[in-house]
Amino acid sequence: MSFTVHWYGPLRDRRGCDQEMVESTAASPEALWRELAARHGLPGDRRALALAVAIGDDLAAWDAPLPAGAAVAFLPPVAGG
Amino acid sequence: MFDLTDQPIDTAAWRARIVHPAAGGVTVFEGIVRDHHKGVAVAGLEYTAHAVLARKQGARIVAEAMARWNLRAAAGVHRLGRLGIGDMAVWIGVAADHRGEAFDACRFIIDQVKSRVPVWKREWRPDGSVAWVEGVPLEA
Repeated sequence: MSFTVHWYGPLRDRRGCDQEMVESTAASPEALWRELAARHGLPGDRRALALAVAIGDDLAAWDAPLPAGAAVAFLPPVAGG
Repeated sequence: MFDLTDQPIDTAAWRARIVHPAAGGVTVFEGIVRDHHKGVAVAGLEYTAHAVLARKQGARIVAEAMARWNLRAAAGVHRLGRLGIGDMAVWIGVAADHRGEAFDACRFIIDQVKSRVPVWKREWRPDGSVAWVEGVPLEA
C-alpha cells in the first residue's frame, strides 16, 4: 500500500523533507514508524522522541488501522503559544 | 472559534467576535514574542503547524471551556510564520457575565493550547543561528 507521510517540526530537519510517498505493508502507525525510522536512521522507539501521530485530519492511536492511501503525520513535541 | 493566521492578529476584530450584551467581563490573553528564552537572547521566531489538526484541536479546547464555564463566548487565534520581538503570537479572548469565569476559562484555554495544538517554533538568535524550541508531547 502507499501512504503519504508528513513530517513536522524538528522531524522535518531530521528526515530532510516535509512529506513523501511511502510504499509499505505496515498495518499501523507504530509499524510504519519502525519501518521508516530504520530506513532513515531515526530512533525505532517513537517514545524516545515523544511523538504523536495523526491519520488524515485527526489524532490517532499508534495501533490504529492504516487505510490504503492514508496521510500519516508524525508529530514531535509542540511549542505553540 | 479558533483559527490560525499568517497575518498580524487583528485584536479589535477578534474582540468584536466575543463581546456580548450580557457579558460583564472580557478577559484577553496576548502571547508576545520576547527577546529571551531560557537565558538565551532571541531575535525572532518562526511558527509552523499541522494546520487542519491545529484548528480542530483549538476548536475542541474552546468548546470544552464553553461547556465547563458559564461563558457567553470564547475564541483564540495563533500566528504562523516569521515573527519579531514584540509581535503577538497568540490571542485568547473570553466573555462571561462575571469576571471569575472569564479569567478561569481564559487561563484554561491558553494552558491547553500549549500542549494540545500542533504548533512548532524555531528561534533565531542575534548571531544568526537557528534552533527548534523544545516542546511538550502533543496531547489529544
